[in-house]
Amino acid sequence: MADLLYARAQMGLSLAFHIVFAAAGVALPVLMVLSDLKARRTGDSDYRLLSQKLAKGTAILFAVGAVSGTVLSFELGLLWPEFMGQYGEVIGLPFSLEGVAFFTEAIFLGIYLYGRERVSPGLHLFSGIMVAVSGAASAFFVTLVNTFMNNPSGFTATAGGPTDVQPLVAMFSPGWQYQTSHVLLSCYQASAFAMAGIHAFVLLRHPGAAFHRKALSVALPLACVTALLQPLVGDLSAKHVARAQPVKLAAMESHFETERGAPLRLGGGVEIPKGLSILAFADPNAEVKGLNDFPRDEWPPVPKVHLAFQLMVGTGSLMALLALVTLAQRWRKKAWPDGKGMTWAWLLAGPLGVVALEAGWLVTEWGRQPWILRGVMRTAEAVTPVPHLSAPFWTFTAVYLFLGVTVVFLMVRQVKGTLPGPLASGGEAHGH
Amino acid sequence: MGTETMLGFAVAGTFVLYALFGGADFGGGVWDLLASGPRKKEQRELIAHALGPVWEVNHIWLIVGVVLLFAGFPRAFAVLSVALHVPLTLLLLGIVFRGAAFTFRTYDTRGDAVQRQWGLVFSIASVMAPVLLGLCVGAVASGNIRVEGRTVVSGFFAPWLTPFAWTVGALALCLFAFLAAVYLTHEAPTPELREDFRKRALGAGVAVFVAALAVLLSAREGAPRVWQGLLHEPFALVLHAGTALAAVTAFALLWTRRFKWARVAAATQAGLIVLGWAASQHPYLVVPDITLSGAASGPTAQRMLLVALVVGALTVLPSLALLFRVFRPGPLPSTRMGK
Repeated sequence: MADLLYARAQMGLSLAFHIVFAAAGVALPVLMVLSDLKARRTGDSDYRLLSQKLAKGTAILFAVGAVSGTVLSFELGLLWPEFMGQYGEVIGLPFSLEGVAFFTEAIFLGIYLYGRERVSPGLHLFSGIMVAVSGAASAFFVTLVNTFMNNPSGFTATAGGPTDVQPLVAMFSPGWQYQTSHVLLSCYQASAFAMAGIHAFVLLRHPGAAFHRKALSVALPLACVTALLQPLVGDLSAKHVARAQPVKLAAMESHFETERGAPLRLGGGVEIPKGLSILAFADPNAEVKGLNDFPRDEWPPVPKVHLAFQLMVGTGSLMALLALVTLAQRWRKKAWPDGKGMTWAWLLAGPLGVVALEAGWLVTEWGRQPWILRGVMRTAEAVTPVPHLSAPFWTFTAVYLFLGVTVVFLMVRQVKGTLPGPLASGGEAHGH
Repeated sequence: MGTETMLGFAVAGTFVLYALFGGADFGGGVWDLLASGPRKKEQRELIAHALGPVWEVNHIWLIVGVVLLFAGFPRAFAVLSVALHVPLTLLLLGIVFRGAAFTFRTYDTRGDAVQRQWGLVFSIASVMAPVLLGLCVGAVASGNIRVEGRTVVSGFFAPWLTPFAWTVGALALCLFAFLAAVYLTHEAPTPELREDFRKRALGAGVAVFVAALAVLLSAREGAPRVWQGLLHEPFALVLHAGTALAAVTAFALLWTRRFKWARVAAATQAGLIVLGWAASQHPYLVVPDITLSGAASGPTAQRMLLVALVVGALTVLPSLALLFRVFRPGPLPSTRMGK
């Protein structure tokens, strides 16, 4: 039993670490290309420097994402050999296509980063766009695998493993459209908010820094658009979960008794009558299944799923609110808001996207337990027979901690290089 | 030819490509560790310069191989993940530290001391990883991984803690170092640097020969099935003849300083060694209990995988050609990315 927990903890840790870098690998190239385009249009050297800084950031984050992704591809087998041994063939297709996307991403990133002086400006820009497109494609394909684990389809389960395998059906399991759009948006949202937060931080200390004002003007549109779209997509996604995985929805809402016209219970004892029925089924009198209707041994860990869900919705709402206020001011003043209050708000909102991304992922993964393949194979049946799994768990925990700290350290130095005046650290600043 | 044979070829093919590209990158790390003489700094710069644009791409062959293995031969993937849990985990640590250290060193050019520390992490991980990789290959070929039904019955240590497996690990290390040195002779911008790596390539070539001989001799005891395959299958003999010919050619070309062709010959030699391993254990994926057809996924899954492989090839190969065209070896530019 302890080994199962260590295996889950190691997988969870590896994924929690990886998705931050994967998200950055999806979104930063878009921001990098946007700055590059602005630089070409305006001839402004700040935008050029920004796109170069973002390219360096992409390189560091992509490399860490690539190695942590390699770890994951092995860990699928190292930790869950029964699952991969039986269902590897069913989900091989999206994984292979993800490999293709990953390949093109690495190739064009190499050309973009090192080829500035070697290729034509057109080809250089094209490479940047290819990096952005392949990043999105690889997130898309790998999310399809997760959709499959939540809503398995495309095979007939037997005691000896799957038969009648239809890889294309498995690849597009029910709900794929909601989950992939939710995940892709979250990647852009988390990265844009983080970038906005960083530059807001610098602007509070150096209000006149033109470079950082411009950087903010690149991050804010993406942040605002994604923050407003995300609740809509999230709602569609929740409606799908309500139909396909009622026990997960019940855990998300901590909903124990089956009832018609179920209220939505917010934190602090506030209830919206019939709110949950409306949210889940778009019908005020719809029946919402409660946890008590399911066998006890098929409940996900309710408090954890509930808390993670609240965290995701809460942070998501805050971000949407900030986006609304920002866009309203943008519309009134014809300029991105740059008052002290708004800058503080963007600084404080900086980490929210990453928090929401991690929380949302936890909702999906904890909410699927105790199944690795919902309704077909339990996590406990899939785990490796190898003993002493605490050893790799603690090793990888230490490694990821070390890498995480190092990356933050390097990112801080990247930003420091752009600081105006005497604070600019020597050596690297404007050294292009 | 059945779909599983085609996929078997594809898996072997990605391993060959990983050895030729990813392996040479590991070799670069070895020479970074062993950099010496008056041009120590230039040697390291050349290695970093040659690796920079391509290391991530080269590394992806491994992932393609892994995905093909679990999608095409899921049972073998599961068995190997259990039997080789320990060395594979260590290999992962090597891969993580190597990639991270190389990137951090490249993109964070601060004082020499920090650079050197990252460089040391990079090169130690580059030595560790090939040995572990070879070790796993040796364990797979040895026949010491035993399976009943879907259960590994030979334990988590015995299959790879054998002299044979470690000899294969040593061969992998020598081979990758040899490849890297030969490639670098062609990439080197000055005659002096070329000579440095020519000497290293010749030395590593001798080491490859010795290690290969050791593998062959220990195979008799340590990997009887492969020993049979190596000596008695007709196609295996053709492969050996080809390998020997390529090895002698590579040596001669290095000796006479025809570096451009030396690297073709060296790559051929390395590729044939990997193919020779695959051929000698055919039709087994994990000797002696799991065959290609026994581990293969269903026919529909296999066909879809082949389609994905073709789609992938049509996307990746032109892009790769572009990448290698852009980064053809040329004079070292005075300012590098990361400065």
